[in-house]
Amino acid sequence: MNLINTFFNVGVLLDSLPQLLWGLVVTLQIGITSILCGLAAGLFLAVARLYVPAFGQVLIRIYVDIFRSIPLLVLLIIVYYALPFVGIRLSPFLSAVTALSLVSAAYTAEIFRAGIEAIPHGQFEASAALGLSNRHTMVDVILPQAIRIVIPPLTNNCINVLKDTALASVVAMPDLLKQATQAQALAANPTPLIGAAILYVMLLWPMVTIVAKLEKHFSRGKR
Amino acid sequence: MAALISIRGLKKAFGDYTVLHGIDLDIAEGEVVCVIGPSGSGKSTLIRCINRLEPFDPDSTITVDGIKVEQGVALAKVRAEVGMVFQSFNLFPHMTVLSNVMLAPMRVRGTMPAAAEQKARDLLARVGISEQAEKFPAQLSGGQQQRVAIARALAMEPKVLLFDEPTSALDPEMVGEVLDVMRTLAGSGVTMVVVTHEMGFARQVADRVIFMDGGRIVEEGPPAQIFDTPRQERTRGFLRAVLNH
Repeated sequence: MNLINTFFNVGVLLDSLPQLLWGLVVTLQIGITSILCGLAAGLFLAVARLYVPAFGQVLIRIYVDIFRSIPLLVLLIIVYYALPFVGIRLSPFLSAVTALSLVSAAYTAEIFRAGIEAIPHGQFEASAALGLSNRHTMVDVILPQAIRIVIPPLTNNCINVLKDTALASVVAMPDLLKQATQAQALAANPTPLIGAAILYVMLLWPMVTIVAKLEKHFSRGKR
Repeated sequence: MAALISIRGLKKAFGDYTVLHGIDLDIAEGEVVCVIGPSGSGKSTLIRCINRLEPFDPDSTITVDGIKVEQGVALAKVRAEVGMVFQSFNLFPHMTVLSNVMLAPMRVRGTMPAAAEQKARDLLARVGISEQAEKFPAQLSGGQQQRVAIARALAMEPKVLLFDEPTSALDPEMVGEVLDVMRTLAGSGVTMVVVTHEMGFARQVADRVIFMDGGRIVEEGPPAQIFDTPRQERTRGFLRAVLNH
């Protein structure tokens, strides 16, 4: 009984629920903005890598490798606490979105590169032989096929970004985790933390099952 | 008559391995040229150089209808005038048959969708697959897919059509339907360069047969001469090997 009162205290949960839901909204704002920015930048990097001169390809490669190696928490702290020393002062929201987008772009670029490379070379040749420009080859022929392949890993990446938004709490962003820790301190009871965990799971569980379904669907559709 | 395609000193190497040792070749408008020879003789590489799917030695020159085939803005223009049919079809699997045929005229020539569709339906009728227009490539047989690929190439109204072993990936019973379409095309005055192992087709349809071996043109001439009275021992050996089995 004591345990339930400690971890699943209904009164505390109901009191903290509005605060948690506000946190959830902030989490979603950070997550969705970062996902969209990362998606656009990642697609740009993946396509650019195909067409820019060798030097540019090396730069993109370095970017992708660095931002896949650096721990997100370290990057976030650098963006928020170190950049002000050179006069770049970003709000907690922008800091979180910047760090998340930089990393997400690197992963997304790799995902799109793998997807584009999975398209048979003959598709590029047929497009070239018809006189299609690089842009039309990408937009009409390659990307529509590649996107089918990359939807499961992209969804996976979205899940990771949404989970990593919790790190924004260290730069004083009132996201779901931050609100939960504050509510916990206020109520002197950890139930809000459990509530936050449940909200994270409720948000992400459907996406996790969707990825599993998509992976199954696309592997079956393969010829 | 001026040559539609003019190839001078065409050299091509993959690393240290030289595939083409300086090919000279002129192809006239309306001519049907079949290129035969053993695997690795460079015949596919030769026609893939004509639209520069393979880059070649900068000292070599190829012109198509007076335009030099080189990297740059003119290349798209050459490619729009040179249709190509591949061994592995290379249809766009995410588009219907009709869209496959309509895409390039709309994107490259700026044809309006309605006109492109009309054209595509006419061409599909011409290659005998109008009923399949709304299907996806994976739903068609190999022979039907290759006929779509021919229609797709024709949709650009190319000055020349290149065929890279168009029947080599087909089940034997589908070879005939594709060759029939090509025979009709040849009869209608389309300039064609065909890399093929179908000796019967080459003999019957070609104006000129080119025998290649080791990256060189060993012998060329009218089909009767190449098949009945070949002058080179290498040609005789090859024909003996492919015709007697």
